[in-house]
Amino acid sequence: MAANGVENTKQMSALIVDDDTIIQKIHKVIMTKLGFKTQVVENGKKAVDLHTSGCSFDVILMDMEMPVMNGLEATKELRAIGVEAMIVGVTARSSETEKQAFMEAGLNECIAKPLNMEKAKSLVKKLNKEDN
Amino acid sequence: MEVVQMQRRFAEYTASLFREGFLDAQFTQLQQLQDETNPDFVEEVVSLFFEDSEKLVNNLAKTLDQQNFDYKKVDALVHQLKGSSASIGAQRVKNVCVAFRQFCEDQNVEACLGCLQQVKQECFLVKNKLETLFRMEQQIVAAGGSIPVMEYN
Repeated sequence: MAANGVENTKQMSALIVDDDTIIQKIHKVIMTKLGFKTQVVENGKKAVDLHTSGCSFDVILMDMEMPVMNGLEATKELRAIGVEAMIVGVTARSSETEKQAFMEAGLNECIAKPLNMEKAKSLVKKLNKEDN
Repeated sequence: MEVVQMQRRFAEYTASLFREGFLDAQFTQLQQLQDETNPDFVEEVVSLFFEDSEKLVNNLAKTLDQQNFDYKKVDALVHQLKGSSASIGAQRVKNVCVAFRQFCEDQNVEACLGCLQQVKQECFLVKNKLETLFRMEQQIVAAGGSIPVMEYN
């Protein structure tokens, strides 16, 4: 089943990168409902490792604060190794400077957590536009 | 009690939780994500919150009990609790966390200790309210009814 609104036989995939089990669960359910195949990891290093081992995703939901490797570092690394997926920063911190730094690490977009259905649908719309 | 009566009681109880500020729109979001493919979603997420908050509150109590505790550590724990409570829509818990973080910044130990008590109380209250809500849901389902999901603004 493809993501909402796209005439496509390939199912889209989402990687959820967050150390908070509640957020992991909520984001997983939202993306699954929108037709995505989902995978969850709890820190930035695991997200990078997945990619270096050959996995790829259409969209990555990246939390900012995580142990081992945070979202900003992970985003920089992913872009450095050539990952072109849509990376959406999801953050609880709302300081403009922090958001800006996160964006500059290579995000396509930065939103406040938690993700809800409405925000997720608008992200999927943007994702579909970029594909066409 | 008939199913319709149970459903009405449930709706009234839910409305009161929103009115009294125990829950906010985020909780409605969670209810709307629940369906036949994940029928226990809300209860599962709320359980995660109960586990999380218990650990965090215990940690906070231990930290604040020390002679020269680190405000940064307290702030980090409160930040986590704020995040978790916001994720499930536990508004009153979240609001205490906001104040708590301010007192950490001000390095006001008395106020921090006060907030610890408040946050314990609010976690306890919302836990009881939600457990009551889930019990009411179970009764409706057991009687063959469905759970009404409404928008409370």
